[in-house]
Amino acid sequence: MRFLNLIKSFLLIDFIKAYLLAQKYFFKKKATINYPFEKGKLSPRFRGEHALRRYPSGEERCIGCKLCEAVCPAQAITIETEPRDDGTRRTTRYDIDMVKCIYCGLCEESCPVDAIVQGPNFEFTTETRKELYYTKDKLLENGDRWETVIAENLEADSKYR
Amino acid sequence: MNVLQSNFFELITIIFYCILIFVPLLVGVVLALYADRKIWAAVQKRRGPNVVGPFGLFQVPADGLKFIFKEIILPDSADKTVFLIAPIITLALSIAAWAVIPVQAGVVLANINVGILYIFAISSLGVYGILMAGWASNSKYPFFGALRSAAQMVSYEVSIGFVIVTVLMCVGSLNLSEIVLAQKNIWFFIPLFPMFIVFFISALAETNRPPFDLPEAESELVAGYQTEYSGMPFVLFLFGEYINILLMCAMTTILFLGGWLPPIDVYPLNSIPGFVWFILKVTLVFYMFAMVKAFVPRYRYDQLMRLGWKVFLPLSLLAVVLTSSILFFFKLAPGMS
Repeated sequence: MRFLNLIKSFLLIDFIKAYLLAQKYFFKKKATINYPFEKGKLSPRFRGEHALRRYPSGEERCIGCKLCEAVCPAQAITIETEPRDDGTRRTTRYDIDMVKCIYCGLCEESCPVDAIVQGPNFEFTTETRKELYYTKDKLLENGDRWETVIAENLEADSKYR
Repeated sequence: MNVLQSNFFELITIIFYCILIFVPLLVGVVLALYADRKIWAAVQKRRGPNVVGPFGLFQVPADGLKFIFKEIILPDSADKTVFLIAPIITLALSIAAWAVIPVQAGVVLANINVGILYIFAISSLGVYGILMAGWASNSKYPFFGALRSAAQMVSYEVSIGFVIVTVLMCVGSLNLSEIVLAQKNIWFFIPLFPMFIVFFISALAETNRPPFDLPEAESELVAGYQTEYSGMPFVLFLFGEYINILLMCAMTTILFLGGWLPPIDVYPLNSIPGFVWFILKVTLVFYMFAMVKAFVPRYRYDQLMRLGWKVFLPLSLLAVVLTSSILFFFKLAPGMS
């Protein structure tokens, strides 16, 4: 057995095998993608950048129940509410600290009116920390920008809920 | 006055020839660095550099520019003079060795009759650059890296020496051009195949390439003897290393793969200029260098020493004895018939 091993190592059999394997993989299809130019497929459940949605009428969905603020494990959400002129309760302040956020999706899960959602966008790096402190305006703007995709994703995922 | 003028003219021609060697070498190093990364990436099913320029070809020049504009950090406790001289020595020595490499029949800067001895001497001196870098850094990892590198290069040079002796016995000359011309009938890697393998593996160890890259084993020694280097000195080390790698590829080509000779001496093949064949063969050997990096894991230090002293040294000694006996017995040695 030792003699066989000796012959094996002198004939470099393992190395030739390894070389052939490496050569085979050399010509295989690449596993990586050209990231900034082509992007991988995202699941409809992907938990990316937050957004506040509106009803088709343009009315904001959020009713200021503060369930998301209560459930948030990182305590990244801050909400202040006040009754509006028409008697309904609305938020005057809805902040998410994106630095604190752990992207667990519990806020989306807890929302009774599907107002706060996590969209498919994951490319929201900024140059300063301040810009990652999202305000209500920013979140609503996000919602307007991503509404079609978010609606599609919620539709696709609705039958599993 | 006249003597001075003719000497001056000679100097200009020599400088011109040096540039003629240096510039293609620089381009070669850039391409080698690029190819190295691409081949490694391809084996791992990655893409490698592909953004800067066409196919990512400008990645290496871009990296080079970045290094040039970076600050040269001089460690406080380092021996500054030696610290800065070390990379210069490494690069200068690795370029100097190219003076005797024939790329085509008669195309060589210095056609000296002890060319191979010259290369052997120069590549042995290469240890000094690394040792000086490790010592002058005055830091533990570079020091260990330098010690390892020195020990490794010295031990593998021994077996390389014996391999070269076997080749020289078949040729009967130390001139590199004559070594190539002696392979007119048969390239030496066929009759001396085991020595070809030994030389190739020793060349890997000699140039600190994986799987023998212990001097810069990043999981143990950060970056070995280059740990304290940054900016331009680092680039000099990098270039020196890759020029050395190309030199070893060229040496393999000259000693075993028939230098600039075409595979078969028939019409369409032998009309292609010799340097094309030379570059093709060097590329092939470099491809193997890069592939080995991709599929062989790094050796442990004691395994490396064992392979060098207990396997390669006896093997190459045996080969010297065997080859000389065969050459003597069958009266094949040059000048014996």
